Amino acid sequence: MSGLAGAVLFVVLAPVAGGLLVGADRVVTARMQGRVGPPLLQPFYDVGKLLEKEARQVNPVAEPLLLGHLAFMALTGALVLGGVDLLFTVFVFALAALCLVLAAGSVASPFSHAGAERELIVLLATEPFFILMLAAVCKVTGASTFAGVLASPVAVAEELPGVLLAFLFVATVKLRKSPFDIAASHHPHQELVSGLTSDMSGRLLAYVHLAHWYETALLAVFVVLFFNRSVPLGLAVFLLAYAVEILVDNSTSRAKWELVLRSSWAVTLLFSGGNVLAVFLLGR
Amino acid sequence: MSFFRRSPWILHYDGSSCNGCDIEVLACLTPLYDVERFGVVNTGNPKHADILLVTGSVNERNVEIVENLYRQMPDPKVVVAVGACACSGGIFARAYNVQGGIDRVVPVDVYVPGCAARPERIIDGVVQGIAALEGKRAAMAAGRRRGALRPQSGSQPAGAA
Ligand code: SF4
Repeated sequence: MSGLAGAVLFVVLAPVAGGLLVGADRVVTARMQGRVGPPLLQPFYDVGKLLEKEARQVNPVAEPLLLGHLAFMALTGALVLGGVDLLFTVFVFALAALCLVLAAGSVASPFSHAGAERELIVLLATEPFFILMLAAVCKVTGASTFAGVLASPVAVAEELPGVLLAFLFVATVKLRKSPFDIAASHHPHQELVSGLTSDMSGRLLAYVHLAHWYETALLAVFVVLFFNRSVPLGLAVFLLAYAVEILVDNSTSRAKWELVLRSSWAVTLLFSGGNVLAVFLLGR
Repeated sequence: MSFFRRSPWILHYDGSSCNGCDIEVLACLTPLYDVERFGVVNTGNPKHADILLVTGSVNERNVEIVENLYRQMPDPKVVVAVGACACSGGIFARAYNVQGGIDRVVPVDVYVPGCAARPERIIDGVVQGIAALEGKRAAMAAGRRRGALRPQSGSQPAGAA
């Protein structure tokens, strides 16, 4: 698959896959709670409705920033599949998150500000790990692009099991799943209302949903990096991990931000740091 | 096709209700009634909501809040008054601080009777609310085609942009 085709494929298919996954998430969550739950396509209905609804512009910068959030999120995936250096894509990924933080910080709502500050903490908790993870993947495979990693004879998951474990932990934080849903939540909470998205309405909120779908798909692509010998196996592992995330989401309550920061640094340092150290010491 | 039918998001506000109706509203979300089947989400955020579901009456203190919540909701939007208190003041109608039903402050589209209103009735009220929502959306779309900015009544300008 050529780079350009991969990039285009991601931009077109990722929201479909991400939206379906979010829909499946809601159905499974409902079944876990003994309910029937919404239809599988519910996230698409929701976004469709948001696009039809009036978008209240609370200031002139929120919408461009949210569009930037969406565009950079799509661009990250496009760059990864397009064959750009993996380490470079991390910074575009961070830029996408930063746009969201700035948009949420630009409005007057205190709930939105609380969400923006917490999203920054999430960024602080996860971003160093993504750099470490991709550096480790590049190191063991000797490749620096997505296609290069897939073509490498080294099975990444066998070399970097600790990094994979740490990634699955960090993915919980990134997917805003409980107990790490500190920045925003789908459910009403008196302490946070809707966090980051409190002041966004209509299509502005739709951009955030779409970007979240892209982000979910992007995390799947990252899992595939670990299972470079078999892409279907990688996707299966991602789905399995997502199912575990749903279970955790349903059985835990929200943690404080200190715990999120400390636990993600502890887990990533311990598992991925130890793993990377071992790889270096064993001289591979 | 409009997506409002499939994705009505609700903001539930408790005026001066006795909490009887609130319990019934929450019952709608439980496994027995499970309104999420119809795409209903209890948002807790006026900026995300399509339907304002009010229980309890308007009193001297919450009149501003009801008004404010309604104004913060983007168009199209509908109001569903749940229970006798929200419809007319109910058994509290003659209390010294009670002004009356929700329609004293904001335009109500659907009145759900009962003390307390039963979950089946509340769901029925929401379904009628969706029909009203759909009508307002169509009016909005027609207005947009004609070039009118805001055909809805009772809503505030979008603010400085
Ligand atoms: S209508 Fe009856 S049950 Fe409902 S809030 Fe009023 S008094 Fe309570």
